[in-house]
Amino acid sequence: MKSILLQWLMVAALPATMTVHAESLLITHGSVHIGDESAATVQDIYIEDGLIEAVSTDLSALTADRIIDAGGRPVTPALFAGITALGLSEIGMVYEAVDSRLNELYTGLMHPEFDVRAAYNPHSSAVPVTRVEGYGYTLLVAAPGDRTLSGQGSLVRFDGGFDSFEGDSALFVNVDGYSGNRIGGSRAAHWMLLNSAFAELSVADDDLTLISARGKAALKSARRDGIFVFRANRASDILQTLAFVSKHKLRAVISGAQEAWLVRKALADTGVPVIINALDNLPGSFDALGARLDNAALLNEAGVTVLFTSGETHNARKLRQVAGSAVANGLPYGAAIAAMTSLPAEVFGGQPRMIAPGLTADLVIWSGDPLDVNAAADLVIIDGRLDSMKSRQTQLLERYLPSEIGLGRSYISP
Amino acid sequence: MDRILPCLAGLLACLALEALAEAFPSTYQAPTGPPILLQNATVLIGDGQRLDNASVYLADGKVAWVGKGDVSAHARVVDASNQWITPGLIDVHSHLGVYPSPGVAAHSDGNEATAPVTAEVWAEHSVWPQDPGFTRALAGGVTALQILPGSANLFGGRGVTLKNVPSISYQGMKFPDAPYGLKMACGENPKRVYGGRNQAPSTRMGNMAAYRSAWIRAQRYQADWDRYNEAVTDAAAAAEGDSSGASVASALLTNTPPRRNLELDTLAGALRGDILVHMHCYRADEMLTILDMAEEFGYRVGTFHHGVEAYKVADELAANGVCGALWADWWGFKIEAYDGIQENIALVDRPEGGCAIVHSDSDEGIQRLNQEAAKAMLRGNRAGLDITPERAIRWITSNAAKSLGIDDQTGSLAAGKMADVVLWNQDPFSVYAKPLQVYIDGVLRFELGNPALNPQSDFELGQLLGASQ
Repeated sequence: MKSILLQWLMVAALPATMTVHAESLLITHGSVHIGDESAATVQDIYIEDGLIEAVSTDLSALTADRIIDAGGRPVTPALFAGITALGLSEIGMVYEAVDSRLNELYTGLMHPEFDVRAAYNPHSSAVPVTRVEGYGYTLLVAAPGDRTLSGQGSLVRFDGGFDSFEGDSALFVNVDGYSGNRIGGSRAAHWMLLNSAFAELSVADDDLTLISARGKAALKSARRDGIFVFRANRASDILQTLAFVSKHKLRAVISGAQEAWLVRKALADTGVPVIINALDNLPGSFDALGARLDNAALLNEAGVTVLFTSGETHNARKLRQVAGSAVANGLPYGAAIAAMTSLPAEVFGGQPRMIAPGLTADLVIWSGDPLDVNAAADLVIIDGRLDSMKSRQTQLLERYLPSEIGLGRSYISP
Repeated sequence: MDRILPCLAGLLACLALEALAEAFPSTYQAPTGPPILLQNATVLIGDGQRLDNASVYLADGKVAWVGKGDVSAHARVVDASNQWITPGLIDVHSHLGVYPSPGVAAHSDGNEATAPVTAEVWAEHSVWPQDPGFTRALAGGVTALQILPGSANLFGGRGVTLKNVPSISYQGMKFPDAPYGLKMACGENPKRVYGGRNQAPSTRMGNMAAYRSAWIRAQRYQADWDRYNEAVTDAAAAAEGDSSGASVASALLTNTPPRRNLELDTLAGALRGDILVHMHCYRADEMLTILDMAEEFGYRVGTFHHGVEAYKVADELAANGVCGALWADWWGFKIEAYDGIQENIALVDRPEGGCAIVHSDSDEGIQRLNQEAAKAMLRGNRAGLDITPERAIRWITSNAAKSLGIDDQTGSLAAGKMADVVLWNQDPFSVYAKPLQVYIDGVLRFELGNPALNPQSDFELGQLLGASQ
């Protein structure tokens, strides 16, 4: 993170006779959370050509095509939406409109080469529904089915692009009891298969029995440059995962992690982050007998990097509430802000997502506390451009809000 | 005859009614405790009013007064400065106990998905009182809740309203004298479950045909009981001295009461209005079709549940006196939920007579109904509807009580109602709000941070001890 002083220097470096580009934007008097754990400070933000050019307490000397007075409202980097199938799942139970999982192909082979990015559709109505709520990116999931390795995804930005992927390939691995029961009746089968698959990486191709040659290449590539997202909740499963990760020198994240607080020291020692739903507090399964609301707070206190996911795709916008709940249960506010903004990009290898000079201008002006349920995104800015703040849902509202409807609501075109 | 005579006052089918009233009775009794004075709080009454810097006095299990009044020398005084007080929260749509935690297959007791019409099943017979979800909901301020069967079936069975108090039995939780609910379901779920087995219904028109056929059977059943009861009345009059030919026939008829049928007991109860109809329905057009069917058979739809398109027919719901029990933001998980908008609750609340309710249908959502209401209030206000906290609190208190037919007993802090009360650390419409104390019938049942007042289910005892041995 650049210091305030460095930011000042960058402002000073702007030429005095600077010509204002057609795409310039000045946000004044924002209560700016730059995206790390520091407290918000009142700042102006100058944006040009999609990039943040300056962040300073007073940029009033600058002119811009458009000036927005934030009036003291909070400003954050556009938020992380969690691990989702946004752009992969238009409607949850319409099977032909869901592309986040590999179901019928099961051949006995593991398919680490299954890559959901090939199915990503930025025109999914769920993308703008999520974006207008202040979210700028997500981690695309290869959803778990009845397999140990469910495939690959990566970060994707909600900039409307068809291939706005960034960061490392994320390989999703399931080692919990539920999926264990579907691969032979034991979670130990996960480790049996994973150990065999990794052993096969060092034998000749024609000896392969678990993965194809392409799968082997994908797994090798993930081991070299990617990140492994292990779904595990039970403390013992988390420790097994940490041992496997150490043995194979993998970069890894543990998702779910409902009992992570029980093994927080081991997590802190290995530096493996967790991505949790901070609302989990019920023994929903025998993997989660230790679920509790202060999981995030305990992990953070122990030095574990905590990220959030809600398990939702269509309602991914709920993740702010998840983070707010973690704060309500002891997580420092700054840690929650970082977890919702810059940290996921850092963990999954995306471009830096902070409010700092030189970085992409993906940010949000909020009506109030961005982690509270009584505030919403007033304005979303992606690549330095104001979002239309329209979605299928805002248009349905426009159609059904009026009481005078003339020939009928079908004639109201938002 | 003595047992029958009170029925002659005009109740129909009194024999059947009497049998139902006695089955599986509530054994809930609130322990007695000292009067409680909660002082200097912001009070949301639950009926649309708000009092600042006010006191609430609970005595003998009831709300004695709000504002000013007499206080016993024995009262326990709680300084609630900077804190907020609301009625106990009520969830009209929960599956706690019937889909309990842990969610193992053998705990799946919420859908008798073996036939599309199973009005004969009662959700209470599936409730596992040791579901840890009840304790979590209590910590979220929920003092009463309706446990419903699932939505696999057109008629899923009876729902039961519970007080959220720990008990060995569901009878020990059963809300005394609350009417039963009848769970019905529109749309995708029944036709998917049964159509998938190549049996009826497999279409929405199949759904309608099956509801109507069932109502016709229930009408006939009701008529049989009416005829029987009239005969009993007639025969009783004859026994008093008026011996006509007709009464001889009646006397004969009293020897052959109609055969009792559990399924039709419930459906006839719904036709009479003794059992309140709770209809799972997402699409606006389907809700209107259902209202026409209710007209056809002369019953009332009490509440549409889920209703993600309720905002499209908010005026019609209000005009028919039908409540909408809704989510703040769920959408998109199936195509009948595709048009969900976050302003749904506020728009259903908008018309005169509108009855909007925030429901959970979730063991997570029930823990934070206040936050769900906060989201809905925010969206209403951003759409220009000017919704205050004292108005929005009705969505999780008095309107919910109305939906369950218990609004004369709870759901607001009116004097004389049950002392079901939540003390909050702050304005409840926030992610940072937490219940500090939860009272049910004037008894402190939960206190934040006090281990002696954090009930724990049997299931959770002794877990995770292994590693520390």
